[in-house]
Amino acid sequence: MATTKQNTNVRFDIMGLRKPATILSAILILISIGALVTRGLNFGIDFTGGYVVEAGFEQGAELPEIRSALDANGFPDAIVQHFGTTSEVLVRLAPTEGLDGATVNTEVDRVLGSVGQGEVTMRRVEYVGPQVGEELREQGGLAVLIALAFIVVYIWLRFEKKFSVGAVAALVHDVIITLGFFAITQINFDLSVLAAILAVIGYSLNDTIVVFDRIRENFRTIRKKAPVELMNISINQTLSRTIITSLTTLLVLLALFLLGGESIRSFSIALIIGVVVGTYSSIYVASSAVLGLGLTREDMIPVEKEGTALDDIP
Amino acid sequence: MINKYPLWKYLFLAAVVLAGCLFALPNLYGDDPAVQISPRNGVLAPDLNAEVTKTLESGGVEGFSFRPDDDRLLVLFEDAENQLKGRDLIQQNHSNRNTVALNLVPATPDWLRSIGKPMGLGLDLRGGVHFLMEVDIDTAIAQSEAGYIDQFRTFLKTRDMRHRGAQHTEDGVKVRFDDADKRDAALAVMEPEYRDLDMTSFEDGGKFYINAKMSEIARDNERRAAIDQNIITLRNRVNELGVAEPIVQQQGRERIVVQLPGVQDTTIAKEILGATATLEYRMVHGTSADWYGAKDTGRVPPNAKLYELRDDGSPVLLQRQVIVTGDQIKDASSGIDTQSGSPAVFISLDGPGAKRMQKVSADNIGNPMAVVFIENQVTTVKKGDSYEKKRTRVEEVINVATIRDVLSHRFQTTGLDTNEARNLSLLLRAGALKAPVEIVEERTVGPSLGQENIDRGKMSVLIGLALVLIFMAIYYKSFGVIADLALVTNLVLIVAVLSMLPTSLTLPGIAGIVLTVGMAVDANVLIFERIREELRNGNNVQAAINSGYEKAFTTIADANVTTLIAAVVLFVFGTGPIKGFAVTLSIGIVTSMFTAIFGTRAIVNWRYGGKKLDSLPI
Repeated sequence: MATTKQNTNVRFDIMGLRKPATILSAILILISIGALVTRGLNFGIDFTGGYVVEAGFEQGAELPEIRSALDANGFPDAIVQHFGTTSEVLVRLAPTEGLDGATVNTEVDRVLGSVGQGEVTMRRVEYVGPQVGEELREQGGLAVLIALAFIVVYIWLRFEKKFSVGAVAALVHDVIITLGFFAITQINFDLSVLAAILAVIGYSLNDTIVVFDRIRENFRTIRKKAPVELMNISINQTLSRTIITSLTTLLVLLALFLLGGESIRSFSIALIIGVVVGTYSSIYVASSAVLGLGLTREDMIPVEKEGTALDDIP
Repeated sequence: MINKYPLWKYLFLAAVVLAGCLFALPNLYGDDPAVQISPRNGVLAPDLNAEVTKTLESGGVEGFSFRPDDDRLLVLFEDAENQLKGRDLIQQNHSNRNTVALNLVPATPDWLRSIGKPMGLGLDLRGGVHFLMEVDIDTAIAQSEAGYIDQFRTFLKTRDMRHRGAQHTEDGVKVRFDDADKRDAALAVMEPEYRDLDMTSFEDGGKFYINAKMSEIARDNERRAAIDQNIITLRNRVNELGVAEPIVQQQGRERIVVQLPGVQDTTIAKEILGATATLEYRMVHGTSADWYGAKDTGRVPPNAKLYELRDDGSPVLLQRQVIVTGDQIKDASSGIDTQSGSPAVFISLDGPGAKRMQKVSADNIGNPMAVVFIENQVTTVKKGDSYEKKRTRVEEVINVATIRDVLSHRFQTTGLDTNEARNLSLLLRAGALKAPVEIVEERTVGPSLGQENIDRGKMSVLIGLALVLIFMAIYYKSFGVIADLALVTNLVLIVAVLSMLPTSLTLPGIAGIVLTVGMAVDANVLIFERIREELRNGNNVQAAINSGYEKAFTTIADANVTTLIAAVVLFVFGTGPIKGFAVTLSIGIVTSMFTAIFGTRAIVNWRYGGKKLDSLPI
């Protein structure tokens, strides 16, 4: 390595804010868990099963009129709402006893067709059978857990046990707060949001690893500092990168949120929340957790030579 | 020398970028509206071009061209209006031996078409229907088991072994015998004969039984056969519907995915795909007094079966023995019966069916014959916390007519309305489903929404890209511009890889691309921050560049590998929309490593490497 000296000035005493940050995270997590328990997630039909139709009304749509028409035709529990614009309507039906896809579909089509003045176009129809929804829910939860497990193992191998615990603590923190946001706002939680959550895991990890990498490097090159100081130095050194990358990612996500249309709106919201929380957690949570586990210089010695094979490639 | 790449690295980079551009290029050309003509027997008639030309010209359609494509003929039109007009004309004149469907084909020039194709678009982008169907295997197995009853009867009869009837239960087929000796003797000959069945003997209240149940292996074979047969039938039906580029494939153990791009009317598609309708021909039993008697008393003669007439629900007794079944129908078409003026289905039977029909009708001139319409339906209903399959079997007599003449392989059946006649003839042509299917998931996207999704996706990629490009150029000056070049190249490479893969682009896929654009610059940010740091630490320019790239690499690799893990898990466990996201995310991670590390280093080395510089524009 060609390093001569290191800039060990600390611009921000981030580790000094460890206590207030821990309290803030604890509060956010408690609120999120509270919301998840009391309100729960507003699962989309991908997970509950059911029926959704998005219809475009040429002349604008009157929600009460549509509701009463559906009510009169045997769908009293239909949820009717505007979708994006006032001329677009979303009808949602939960799976109930005796409801099957084939009949509902044609019936709702017919009812909506009879309501509007002017032409009514079916823009999107989705029917998910109840057992398929259940499977997707199970598969989704499983996917998140398996992703986490693989990541723990990878960090364990590349870094150290305490780091992998710290990284996972940060991930769980991000996932819970993002889910909590969806529970509080009751924004529709569908398959795409699940994908976003997994992307958040990937992203937040990305951030955390950059910081960890620096901590590992500094443990090797700077001999005279205590772990707390080393972490402070490492976080400060990577701070501008962390913020700039979050900024560029947020720029494109904002573009996606504003221009991507209604169908990927909840996806972009999940990612925006996740990126913001993930940035915060990689600065404050991950390292604090590692420190809290009592990381010592000795922990870093066994892995000193690791990664040298990769170092030479570029 | 420090910060110098050998020539071959530049050549390699140039080759990759060039190939990327070439494979991405077909996406710049739009689509041409087309009509595809696929011959039913798979062989294109040599004079089809000339005939279609004649048809179209006489109909006043101009500006079309032909493109042969494997075993189908594509007719390209200038606009959608001519395409629709052309489709109607071709349908009217050439649909007896071909299936005709609307299609969109890439408008890429010939030389480029041999190199690559544009990205496939998912249903959410091009519009269409997606069905997930669950095959009701239990019914298929029950039907096969019930089929053994007749076999046992003949088998035991030819061996002079008496039995007291057989019955199909939930647990297999139960055959009753007078005493244990007879039963054991029968078991001894039956077991080696029917290896697919697990046979057990038991005694119940002084009655002696053999129970025959399909073995696990046989059930598994049956399941596979039912799925395969259903896929073939569904493919035939989809072809009959006239859908271009359909997908029909197995998913998981007992499910079949059907994707029909461009289809809007899901009602017809569902009626046709899910239908299990078939016909059976049977002789009528007894007179109308017998029929009403059987209905009132509930006592049906052993060789007869009680049915209802579809028209008025009145009872009718039919012979147990079937003359011909839907399986023996070779071809069917719908039309109008010239005598009565009512809708009719014209049936052609295969050899054995025709022979049997000929014999039975010759023996029964003057007697009435009935046509039974059979349909199986299965739906899943929620019962509390569990799900239950509800099966219904509709069997009704659509027509009773006196045999006036000897029938053979071609005849007609009336008693249906026009729609039913058309659908039934299609179903009979395409073959029967071996097991009933249930649609457990359906997703339909209208064409306007599809186009909107494409436009919005494009817009967000472009705006997001522009924002990042501007930001990087301002913040990292010349180095930022180099990173921008890498980012644009990355996007070209993603499009190129997507065009080469058989997967299609979906809206979540576009979201994945957008996310990659945001995250791809991360590698460059890491490298540039490191270089700045090294410069601040007092290193000289060349050393700073070198150690900036070197030190950032491990970090980039670690960070990307973990994201890749998340993406791969998404791909393996995700379905439909999630898979699309995972694919573009994974591709983006790999291509961005290439462009952001190798690509920018090449440019940096070329512009700044080995030169005596006091500062860097970073």
